[in-house]
Amino acid sequence: MKILITGINGAHARMVALRLLAQGHEILGIDRRPWPDAPPNIHVFQTDVRKRPAADVFRIHRPEVVIHMATITHYSARADERLRINLHGTRLVLDHCHEYGVKQVVFVGRHTIYGAAPDAPLYRTEDEPPLAVTTFPELADLVAADLYAGSALWRWPEIRTAVLRLVYILGPARRGTLANFLEGKRAPMILGFDPLYHFMHDEDAVEAIIRTVDHQLSGVFNVAGPPPVPLSVLTRGTGRQAIPIPEPLFRYTVGRFGLPFLPPGAAMHIKHPIVVDNTAFRTATGFEYQYDAHEIMRGFRDG
Amino acid sequence: MWPRFEQVTSRDVLERLERLDLPFNQFGMDPYGVSKHHLGIFMTMLEVFYKHYFRVRSFGLEHIPRTGPGMLVSNHSGGVPADGGMIIASLFFSLDPPRAVHGMVEKFAQEWPFVSQWFNRVGQLPGLPEHAIRLLRDGRLLMVFPEGARGLGKLYKDRYHLSHFGTGFMRIALQTGTPIIPLAFIGGEEAMPTVFHARRLARLVGAPYWPVPPYLLPLPLPLGCEIHYGKPMHFEGNGDESDDIIEGYVEQVKSVINVLVARGRVIHQQRRAGAVLDDPPATES
Repeated sequence: MKILITGINGAHARMVALRLLAQGHEILGIDRRPWPDAPPNIHVFQTDVRKRPAADVFRIHRPEVVIHMATITHYSARADERLRINLHGTRLVLDHCHEYGVKQVVFVGRHTIYGAAPDAPLYRTEDEPPLAVTTFPELADLVAADLYAGSALWRWPEIRTAVLRLVYILGPARRGTLANFLEGKRAPMILGFDPLYHFMHDEDAVEAIIRTVDHQLSGVFNVAGPPPVPLSVLTRGTGRQAIPIPEPLFRYTVGRFGLPFLPPGAAMHIKHPIVVDNTAFRTATGFEYQYDAHEIMRGFRDG
Repeated sequence: MWPRFEQVTSRDVLERLERLDLPFNQFGMDPYGVSKHHLGIFMTMLEVFYKHYFRVRSFGLEHIPRTGPGMLVSNHSGGVPADGGMIIASLFFSLDPPRAVHGMVEKFAQEWPFVSQWFNRVGQLPGLPEHAIRLLRDGRLLMVFPEGARGLGKLYKDRYHLSHFGTGFMRIALQTGTPIIPLAFIGGEEAMPTVFHARRLARLVGAPYWPVPPYLLPLPLPLGCEIHYGKPMHFEGNGDESDDIIEGYVEQVKSVINVLVARGRVIHQQRRAGAVLDDPPATES
């Protein structure tokens, strides 16, 4: 099959590309960043998904499957830029898919859109509303992109659209939101709170995306790895020093004292858990995680 | 720096933790965030209250299912939720093998530092229907107080008078096909006689009430308590029944609890008069 991956230069998108290539698929990629040592049979178009040359890739090469991974978080760009890339980019990619006869779309999203709140259920199913719009306003663009991608399910039923909500990805690739959070020697916690954190290994995340393509999934699916562990276990397991900060002081300490920069909304996500129920995805694809929490944390620490 | 978990956990607790029906992983965590270490320390603390402070006697433990789901429905009393803790302790220390009980904690407590963390680590999750359904479908024991904070905050003059029962628990029991185990907690009202509610103080800390006993400090007295478990009750339905049917079922549960309370109070009087209750007679209902 001819598969187009947007944002192909991301660490996990590359892993997906290489795995699919090894399976004998024809791989195309779009990214703003160059991939100098890309295998010769992966054709990377260095452009922005929102620009004309990106539309040309769809028009000329006619991919059958599109894996949309060109989304970014607050760690990599400012709010207006995030909105342009995450929401407008997703819109344009889906429009192209519709216009140029793409048969299957996979939107790779995040579980953080569910938002952490004191009165939210511990395990979120796919029908839980995305609370992050209020609990973590800096994620609003990702919430919008996720819901917008889901709207393709009723707007264009002829396209098999899968919206994946992956838990944090962690492992030797050391890329992703949680990897950024744990980048330094110290990681902040909110004093008196120790929420459960749900994460999965790089390889398991890649496997889940490939299974989504293989099973031609249609619908919204939570994707998770091993059972969640408390943030204190996560910081210890990754060799980080947890710094408990009283909540009123949180906003004054982020980005200082060796702590990562975090927007004010992140406090809720360090205070309360976001854990997902991935039963639907496992039933649909038979997916089982290969790496447990201990291997994931060790992989990240030594990676 | 910190004492080791084994050093601060009693031997009885350590031994019982090993036989507990929870799937702990290599971090000593179960999928709902219950931590073996936290549970050990929590139970060691409860042990003092269960065995020595309230000297709790448990009757009718044969009615607790050895495996699978069950909903423990209790009267609520005593200003501070000591009854919840004692029911948890009862099924941990007096049942063989022990079983873990999940309670449903008031949502306002989720914003309290340390308190919420501890509640979550010992399996006491925020009171949401989603949690109740998920835990029961997973074969856990759930403890509910259908009187809610209304029951907890009742004044001494209203002791053992069951206030209004919510109906949510019954719909969830029907929906999940869970047997209901009615129970009466006796002694809580005398141990913590609330004569007055400090409303301003309650508002200040975000609690629904603040109990004030005659001796002012909101702490229960070291008086003997008993727990009487009744026969499991099974109801037919799927949880979508009309309100009058559900309320009829709830009334049945309430009346059984009233019977258990009445009988329990007689035994409680005898105990306070000097009767020895170390060999509990089997209860019938």
